[in-house]
Amino acid sequence: MTQPSLNGEHDIVAKPLKHPWRLVFALILVAILGAFIWSLVTAETIDHAMIFKYLFNKDILSGAWLTIVLTALSMLIATILATILAVMKLSQNPLLRIISTGYIEFFRGTPLLLQIVFWGYLGIIYPTLSIGIPFTDIVFVQGQTSQLISAFSAGLIALSLNEAAYAAEIVRAGILSVDSGQAEAAKSLGMSSTYTMRRIVLPQAMRVILPPMGNETISMLKSTSLLASVAVMELYTQAQKISAQNLAQIELLVVAGFWYLVMNTVLSFPQRWLEKRFGRGFGPGVSGRILKVRRDAK
Amino acid sequence: MTKTVMVEARGVRKSFGSNEVLKGISLEVKQGEVMCLLGPSGSGKSTFLRCINHLETIDGGRIYVDGDLIGYRQVGDVLHEMHPSAIAKQRRGIGMVFQRFNLFPHLTAIQNVMEAPVGVSRKTKSEALQAAQSLLAKVGLADKAEHYPSQLSGGQQQRVAIARALAMEPSLMLFDEPTSALDPELVGDVLDVMRDLAKSGMTMIVVTHEIGFAREVADQVVFMDAGVVVEQGTPSQVLDNPQHPRTQAFLNSVL
Ligand SMILES: Nc1ncnc2c1ncn2[C@@H]1O[C@H](COP(=O)(O)OP(=O)(O)OP(=O)(O)O)[C@@H](O)[C@H]1O
Ligand SMILES: [Mg+2]
Repeated sequence: MTQPSLNGEHDIVAKPLKHPWRLVFALILVAILGAFIWSLVTAETIDHAMIFKYLFNKDILSGAWLTIVLTALSMLIATILATILAVMKLSQNPLLRIISTGYIEFFRGTPLLLQIVFWGYLGIIYPTLSIGIPFTDIVFVQGQTSQLISAFSAGLIALSLNEAAYAAEIVRAGILSVDSGQAEAAKSLGMSSTYTMRRIVLPQAMRVILPPMGNETISMLKSTSLLASVAVMELYTQAQKISAQNLAQIELLVVAGFWYLVMNTVLSFPQRWLEKRFGRGFGPGVSGRILKVRRDAK
Repeated sequence: MTKTVMVEARGVRKSFGSNEVLKGISLEVKQGEVMCLLGPSGSGKSTFLRCINHLETIDGGRIYVDGDLIGYRQVGDVLHEMHPSAIAKQRRGIGMVFQRFNLFPHLTAIQNVMEAPVGVSRKTKSEALQAAQSLLAKVGLADKAEHYPSQLSGGQQQRVAIARALAMEPSLMLFDEPTSALDPELVGDVLDVMRDLAKSGMTMIVVTHEIGFAREVADQVVFMDAGVVVEQGTPSQVLDNPQHPRTQAFLNSVL
């Protein structure tokens, strides 16, 4: 054994603090998890072959793909709408503030499932739709609602509009987190308020916006399963359709659950990349800090 | 030879609610002159500076910069508030440096300097890059171009902020206590840059507690208290031979 040197010229040689309880808890967790998996694997009531048969089924995969498309599109539309709503809510113009607040209250105040079914049944309330200039003969589009708005677009509209209400508050919090001196400096350079928002404030707000928006995306991916109620052929609907025929409900739930889990796990990679991208210039975060601990040299 | 007037303030008044912060400020700064503004905390120095580029609206009086009425259009006897885009245009000719730097933390030093020329003045990227490089060199930070503000010392950040304001080629520079957030050993570098800028003929209004700087660089020193100009004149008049008791008391407290 070398004696730790008290001379400042040498590296500190210290034994790292021990955390024995971490190991104990980890072992308990592994045991519980193992027991649960084992109980599923050995359960007589579950047809394991059925799970593997449907895991890569064509309809299941196309359902999973539609789930991805719905999640991506609705998050994109919701984010754009949310940014507009957030800027409106922070505007000097009282009318814009009222519109934005009203929108947010309305869409957060009613259940998502109710909104989805509403958009799905729009054709019953308004059998025909026309888009044109009111009180004139000018009409751009006209037709049966059920033909103009497919189940897919009804689902997309419902998810996007609802999510925009939640995301608007996240974006607003992000904008408010940026020091007011930033907008002031931008103004003093002759930048317009739109330019300031786009180039100075929002890029900094992203740091605060991204983590909760990651949550929202995960939540959205799962909420797409609610579209089963209006017959959009996403993952959960496909699994239900198959189990309605072969009565293997539990097995198909496992199949769907597996894919939801896979998709959400993959989502964490772009999330991490984006957080790093917009964290530039804000100094090393805790995760970026590298602590070099020298082990006791024998 | 008479120099043209760069800044003219006539009876500027400003209130926040019932608190009247500026009670009729009248000042004149000629082209190429440096005016130093002194005064105790809360006397309205920052507010007055912010009125000059219309970061604050005013309740009375007029401010002209380079002959233009700031923030308003006068039709007959009536003032009309300008459209934000017209005010933004006026601000491009007026550079401002803040006590807390206010650099854009998500942009590197050189990007901070280039942002407004490219985005606002529609300069080409290469043109703006060249100008930004020579400005950073001028403030002694050519080697820090790729650093983010968080990687720079306070003094370096403030010098980038000066370069950023100069990139818009302003005809007037406003400084609001540019060195009072800095460690004492970093103050000198920033004052050196400002001194060079003054020598190059820039018109400057500087709110500062650096009496040495005011004595050396200023053409005019103005002492403000409680929203009024108490005393003004050359540095030697105001700093070495103050007439008003409030000026004397203030100078005793800072020296
Ligand atoms: N946005 C604001 N709203 C309300 N009151 C304000 C606002 N800005 C400044 N004031 C008030 O105006 C007065 C003058 O403030 P100002 O910042 O101009 O003083 P100053 O001379 O720059 O002081 P300091 O040396 O501390 O910077 C203070 O009483 C302050 O509280
Ligand atoms: Mg001040």
